[in-house]
Amino acid sequence: MAGLATSLGAGAATNSLAQMPDIDTLFLFGSNPTEAHPIVSLYLKKALRNGARLIVGDPRKTWMARRSDVWLNLRPGSNIALLNGLINVILKEGWENKEFIVKRTEGFEELKKKVKEYDLKKVEKLTGVPKEKIIEAAHLYSHADKAMIVYGLGVTEHRTGTENAMAIANLALVCGHLGRPSTGIMALRGQNNVQGASDLGPLPATFPGYQSVTNPEVREKFGKAWGVPMSPEIGLKSVEMLDRACEGKFKGIFILGEDPAQTDPNVHEVRKALDSLEFLVVQDIFHTETTKHAHVILPGASFAEKDGTFTNGERRVQRIRKAIEPIAGKAEWEVICELATRMGYSMNYRHPSEIMDEIASLTPVYGGISYKRLEKESLQWPCPTKDHPGTTTLYTDLFSRPGGLARFMALDHKGSGEVPDKEYPYVLITGRIREHYNNGSMTRRVKGIMELVPEELLEISKEDAKKLKIKDGSKVKVSSRRGNIKVKVKVTDRSQSGNVFLTFHFPEALSNLLTSGHKDPITGTPEYKSCAVKIEK
Amino acid sequence: MPGKKIKKVKIDGRRIACEKEETILQAAKKAGIEIPTLCHDDRLEPYGGCRLCIVEVKGVGRPLPACTTPVTNNMEVRTENDTIKRIRKNIISLLLSNHPNDCMRCEKTGDCALQDLAYRYDVDGSRFEGEKWDLPVREDNPFITYEPDKCILCGRCVRICNEVVMAGTIDLVGRGFNSMPDTAFRKPRSLDNCEFCGQCVSTCPTGALTDKKGRGKGRTYEMKKVRTTCSYCGTGCNFDLNVKNGKVVKVTSAYDAPVNYGNLCIKGRYGYDFIHNADRIKTPLIRKGDDSFHEATWDEALELIADKFSGLMKKYGNKTVGAFSSSRCTNEENFLISKFARTVFRNNNVDNCARV
Repeated sequence: MAGLATSLGAGAATNSLAQMPDIDTLFLFGSNPTEAHPIVSLYLKKALRNGARLIVGDPRKTWMARRSDVWLNLRPGSNIALLNGLINVILKEGWENKEFIVKRTEGFEELKKKVKEYDLKKVEKLTGVPKEKIIEAAHLYSHADKAMIVYGLGVTEHRTGTENAMAIANLALVCGHLGRPSTGIMALRGQNNVQGASDLGPLPATFPGYQSVTNPEVREKFGKAWGVPMSPEIGLKSVEMLDRACEGKFKGIFILGEDPAQTDPNVHEVRKALDSLEFLVVQDIFHTETTKHAHVILPGASFAEKDGTFTNGERRVQRIRKAIEPIAGKAEWEVICELATRMGYSMNYRHPSEIMDEIASLTPVYGGISYKRLEKESLQWPCPTKDHPGTTTLYTDLFSRPGGLARFMALDHKGSGEVPDKEYPYVLITGRIREHYNNGSMTRRVKGIMELVPEELLEISKEDAKKLKIKDGSKVKVSSRRGNIKVKVKVTDRSQSGNVFLTFHFPEALSNLLTSGHKDPITGTPEYKSCAVKIEK
Repeated sequence: MPGKKIKKVKIDGRRIACEKEETILQAAKKAGIEIPTLCHDDRLEPYGGCRLCIVEVKGVGRPLPACTTPVTNNMEVRTENDTIKRIRKNIISLLLSNHPNDCMRCEKTGDCALQDLAYRYDVDGSRFEGEKWDLPVREDNPFITYEPDKCILCGRCVRICNEVVMAGTIDLVGRGFNSMPDTAFRKPRSLDNCEFCGQCVSTCPTGALTDKKGRGKGRTYEMKKVRTTCSYCGTGCNFDLNVKNGKVVKVTSAYDAPVNYGNLCIKGRYGYDFIHNADRIKTPLIRKGDDSFHEATWDEALELIADKFSGLMKKYGNKTVGAFSSSRCTNEENFLISKFARTVFRNNNVDNCARV
């Protein structure tokens, strides 16, 4: 999300889901919504039924790719090269939105100079996408009236994830496809409350509402509200805390509802780090790989057992409501309060609604949100005041950057941190399937789902299966430089030759034993979408 | 644009201003006037199949279906008169003539549009006697029970599967008296032909399609329905948790939800039973030795945590401790963890898995 924040001002989707059926040109990039976001896909399907043209940028032949007008079948990790190539064509042909560029952006000259280096011959070589397709996509997107780019984790889960998102912003800005209904950039968030967790500031560099810890005024505001001085020093990212733990320099971590020992890449290192801690507390609803390393495990409450709010991928704040009493007696918010109080800082709230009132008082974009209003309406932030109706479309007027201008970023192709070679000739892409979710701790306990999808399957193309002399259902060993797993094979044309696919839902066949330690230097997002593997019978 | 013009319409004597190309049914609904229908669902294109929504339009010699007739300027509509009432009774009688009438033990009782209409129009199944379907109940998959005998051929399941989900799992198969919704070659539903989103169940007006896992768990009027937001992906779908005796026994669609209008996927609709799973961690656990934990009270565990963290901060400095939060937790909890790190640990070592 840092990418969109740099280019446009806010790390958030620019439009609303409900605007999607009116799109006339949809550019779906690194996202497989029919599997990972089924209800978003219903909106997109409606747009297609209404006649929208479809461009898909994805190395996998997804449901949407099958039905696309142009499928940009790029090599994993070549997103920036492809996007630079598209902009190159648009500028060369004069298809850009000159008025928009002049009035609402800055940094265009640098971008222009940079994308000139990406002529189609070079781009074809880097991405593997034929140049005719790139030209067709550039034409379709730039000539659209209501064009929306919808992107997913195929964009962000690369070591250049932040830059990939900036490159997407570049494309939209060049064509002026921002700031209007059904026209913008939608980032699809992986987990229910990714947006809210980012908004509410469990982040080392920002307080709730993306207010910087390095800004003395902001620190004073929070210091005053919370009654203690705020540290001016930017904190450590989770990966940095773990790295320091390995070095013996970090001693204690409280983990709330997260499972880094299964879901982080290169889990060997993570497990080593967790074991190096002197004290680890994990709060979760089920035992996970991470709880195995804990000194104290606290039971968590599921979403059915507490009141609260989630913020979805279109910035909409919605209630969750307590349907049953917490199975272990306490919800997380109560536990945090008790623990703080025991450690000498008194935290007292009678109900989560009071926490929301405090959020509203300290976080301008949530300023107008209260449980009372959420009983009658659902609100999309920014919602700064009690009578503000919320915001469906961002940037209709100004971008939320200094001067109100969006910023072009001149970017270079870097590629994946690990590329296939003789020894490890296949690219492993990881992702989700519709039936399961993340580390599987919930869906593997759902009656029925395990009957349908009981185990991990390696998706491999017909060509590669033939080459390796393996069939549907064969058991293979997949290894990378970091580890190996044994898994059954599914031969499918969803995988293109040279690429294979695994989910990360099954601890018995843990794909994150294989994924690389490369990560985006800005956000720390791991490169889940690409690493080199070999496959043996 | 001609469709954008505002039209003045009178329904049952009430003036209603209509925008765009609204249908009579939409205009009436907006004004809170109910017109009976069995084949209509707001998520679907107008169909005009069941003919129950017929209304009288002034100046038109025959009744018109409200769901497929667009409003015109100065249109005057009456939603019911004696003729229309008689026609509706006939339609319902015909539907009941090939219906099992086993409401007493039907899963859908209390939540069934057909049952409600039979009650409202005082009709039973005795008027037209003839052949009845007598087909086995189909439970050939983990989630969806299909009782073909209870199908009224409104086509909603087929249309939602093809129009909205675009999965193409079911269609009307067979001809005449024998036509019914089914999979190709009447095969069992499997991942090869079905997404198991249960959209068909959510739109079925009768007991023909029901959620297998919720069957026998209670009548709709016994359930406490709690509106909430799904905890899986970031789309933000709403639904109702159905609670009976302190247990979540079913999820039902929230048709007025701002994001999903009653639509759900396999995880949202059927992925709820982790809540009461026996593996849930039920008490705090404190490590004793390498591989084992002992159960502890909240008091014991929280006291230990407070002591340990305070000790580490004293011994190694406050920069050696931190917290991870999760995008699975609520906004309020994430806010509190932010606050906790900054006020108790007195540092900014706090991060979340928003990137994972």
